[in-house]
Amino acid sequence: MSPLQLCLAFSSLLFAVGLTGALARSNSILVLLGLELMLTAGSVNFIAFWRFGPPASPATGVVFAIFAIAVAAAETAVGLALVIAVYRHQRNIRLPEANRLKG
Amino acid sequence: MNTVLVILALATLGTAAVAMSLRNLLHSVLLLTATWAGVAAFYLWAGAEFVAFAQLLVYVGAISMAVLFAVLLTRHSRDDVAAPPAARSRGVYAAAAGAAVAGVLLAAVSLAPLATAPARAPAVSVRQLGGELMGAHAASLLAVAVLLTVALVGAVVLAAGGPPEKPGDTP
Amino acid sequence: MPPSLETLWLVPALPLLAASLGALTPRGGRRFSAGVAIAAMAGALLLSCLALRAALLDPSAHLVHNFRWFDLGNGAVELGWLLDPLSALMCVMVSLVGLLIFIFSLGYMCEDENFTRFFCFMSLFAAAMLGVVIANSLLLLFISWELVGLASYLLIGFWFHKPAAAAAAKKAFITTRIGDLGLLLGLVWLYDSTGSLLLYDGGNGVLEAGVLGNLGTMALAGGLAVPTAISLLIFCGAAGKSGQFPLHVWLPDAMEGPTPVSALIHAATMVAAGVFLIARVFPLISYDQALAADPLHALTVVAAIGAVTALLGAAIATAQSDLKRVLAFSTISQLGYMMLALGVGSWVAAIFHLLTHAFFKALLFLAAGSVIHAAHHEQDIRRLGGLGRTMRTTYATFAVGMMALSGVPFLFSGFWSKEAVLHAASEWAVSQLPLYAGLVGVVLTAFYMTRLLCEVFWGPARSPEAAHARENTGVITVPLVILAIGSVGLGFLGTPAWPWLESALTGRPVAPRSLLEGGGLMALSIVLVAAGLGAGWALYGRKVRVSADAKDPFSAAAPRLFGFLGARMRLDELYAATLGRLNTLGAALADFMDRWVWGGAVGFLALLGEFTGSVNSEVDESGLNAGFNSASERIRGAGRAYSGAQSGDAQGYLRTVAVAFVVLALLVLLGGGR
Repeated sequence: MSPLQLCLAFSSLLFAVGLTGALARSNSILVLLGLELMLTAGSVNFIAFWRFGPPASPATGVVFAIFAIAVAAAETAVGLALVIAVYRHQRNIRLPEANRLKG
Repeated sequence: MNTVLVILALATLGTAAVAMSLRNLLHSVLLLTATWAGVAAFYLWAGAEFVAFAQLLVYVGAISMAVLFAVLLTRHSRDDVAAPPAARSRGVYAAAAGAAVAGVLLAAVSLAPLATAPARAPAVSVRQLGGELMGAHAASLLAVAVLLTVALVGAVVLAAGGPPEKPGDTP
Repeated sequence: MPPSLETLWLVPALPLLAASLGALTPRGGRRFSAGVAIAAMAGALLLSCLALRAALLDPSAHLVHNFRWFDLGNGAVELGWLLDPLSALMCVMVSLVGLLIFIFSLGYMCEDENFTRFFCFMSLFAAAMLGVVIANSLLLLFISWELVGLASYLLIGFWFHKPAAAAAAKKAFITTRIGDLGLLLGLVWLYDSTGSLLLYDGGNGVLEAGVLGNLGTMALAGGLAVPTAISLLIFCGAAGKSGQFPLHVWLPDAMEGPTPVSALIHAATMVAAGVFLIARVFPLISYDQALAADPLHALTVVAAIGAVTALLGAAIATAQSDLKRVLAFSTISQLGYMMLALGVGSWVAAIFHLLTHAFFKALLFLAAGSVIHAAHHEQDIRRLGGLGRTMRTTYATFAVGMMALSGVPFLFSGFWSKEAVLHAASEWAVSQLPLYAGLVGVVLTAFYMTRLLCEVFWGPARSPEAAHARENTGVITVPLVILAIGSVGLGFLGTPAWPWLESALTGRPVAPRSLLEGGGLMALSIVLVAAGLGAGWALYGRKVRVSADAKDPFSAAAPRLFGFLGARMRLDELYAATLGRLNTLGAALADFMDRWVWGGAVGFLALLGEFTGSVNSEVDESGLNAGFNSASERIRGAGRAYSGAQSGDAQGYLRTVAVAFVVLALLVLLGGGR
């Protein structure tokens, strides 16, 4: 396997671990962290293609990875705020119970 | 060269998998911090130093702290006490879905005709990166800045709002 | 590309920026928002002056900067801006008059609690108008055009708690929208036939010879040429914005807005937009002149409408008693003159009159605003009076504006531009009627302006408000003085002896002619002005009104005519009686049809259905029910199954997405589908 394929396999597995966690756990913080892992896998892909892929402009992959990290930070902030709002509402943070589609 | 990558990947994936399966939320978060550090190490290995430092600062420094705070704030959740009966079947479904996605992705990766690797990492100095960010990608940078601001304001509104706490309501 | 062309987009962008900053300023930030707006206008003025200098280096060139906005099927929508003497002169005029009006507003609006909002809207208005002026694409022009409409709606209705203001804003918006519909149709048609909306595009623009030649070969059913039809549709839009008959009814009502708004709308910007549009697309609109087979030339319509409007506006203005309404009708009349000049083929005269009119009409409106501000919002001329003694600066500047508008010979700009219009009309080959209408309008204009001056500034103060009026501060009077200087000096740009403006606008050197060219016509119009001034003085100046209730001398002489004109020739009532009644009639007819004809038919069908139903139900109950029951049961089951998916369980949704992804990826991988 070439290094690029190894990197992609790594990111695929990281994505799958994140997905499994997000699907399996009922604690919404852990679900959120699973989503974060999936997003990280995405930026690993950016770096992998930047490093090993067909040459594009020298900094594109890096720039995209930086943007992805910024978006992840925003996502965590909103996600954690939602967790706290849910906690305030129903006194726990179990996601399966937060299934009323209205206030 | 590949051995380093394999070791890094295994360590990262291992911590991630364990973190996702632990019962204790605090331990999960701490292990995930290690996962993110592993990803940062991967970036370093790939030659993207700036991204690696950003990863360390944002994930290991900031996000993990925020998550820890959230964990401590919602400590009294009944989640840790009683596991509902549906959890088992959900775990099975989740494992099946994750395995399927992993299988498809790995198959795609191994089958795809990927270009051969260049010998050296493309060199990007921080100055060059700054030029790109402020030049060609200035519009995206602004959009991300607006996104961050809006997200933070929204987060404050979400977390600060809500119904007033009733005195006898603490669990 | 010269630097002024590259920075031309900043001219509208600066006021737009000021508008957005103003929109974000809280109500307390009065000083900030006004400062930003004025600074932006000053910047726009500076850039416009630089652009004018660059444009005059080669007046015949049309410097353009086009860019692609987005692709549309196999065509592309392109926008761009244009630098030539016409756009540069208009930019300078709009930003200079706008700047002065902004400064005036500092004093005029200082007691208003929505001061910041006012400057935000004003900046938006100026930005939109500057956008119209520099646009090189009819699409960009249309966008700015509609923004002008929006801003005027916001500004006319600025005191929206007054029902009259809210109604006037709606009226202005809807009336101009009727014209804009025509403009939009014209643009769509033009794009359909030429594939471009750019004015100048290195040979491919719609105003350039090649495209126009293609357009001219197309004929329309009914014998009308395509350029004529498109031109008439575009003229609809211009007539709506420029208050041409029959779409002029919104303009007098727009006086409900604050006075600086009236000055900005009726002097520099909105109403000038229509005239400017026709002047801008003049190659297109005059193209059908070459087509001999065309039964009706677009310019003939323009001239006819302009002449009617010039006469009608002047006639109505003689019998109005509201200070600002008199000025509004005089604006309608003067816009008629400009359209007349365009119609008879002299767009240079039209633009000359537009520029001078912008100055003296802004001056008159601001002077009126100064009076109204001093007299605590009393604007009925019967209740004013005697202000000449207490408000000397305002009086002097108003008199300058009045003489410029009346066309007092030689010194004032209005004289030269009006002469240019009349001279062009006298040379028109088709008919001399517009010239006669223009000459009658000259008498009427001199008459009503004299009446206005005498009533407001002479004689005794006829109300406590007028008695207590004092001269305003420098913020208000300095713009008046500057505009008065412009009203005098601007005329010398276009005298026959030194036709600088004409050579600058057309890009061809024009030989100076004798100052007294067309001396007979000039002498005639001087006599007519003198007659108008004399009649006005005889009726209103010799024996000044003493009390607010005294009868108007004109009204005493011809009460029915005065009443007819005072009621604006009953045109609003006519519209209400015809269009409004037609609408009501249609509604009543539809109601009748609904209630009795269709209703009866439906009722009959219903009875029939009831009858057959009662017959059928016997059959159904016994035979058919089971099948329907099972079908509906199945539908209900499907609904239940689908609603089961909407569980609110976020992880369930995510799982579905993952499974769908795997299925899709397998399809691609196994099917080799790419």
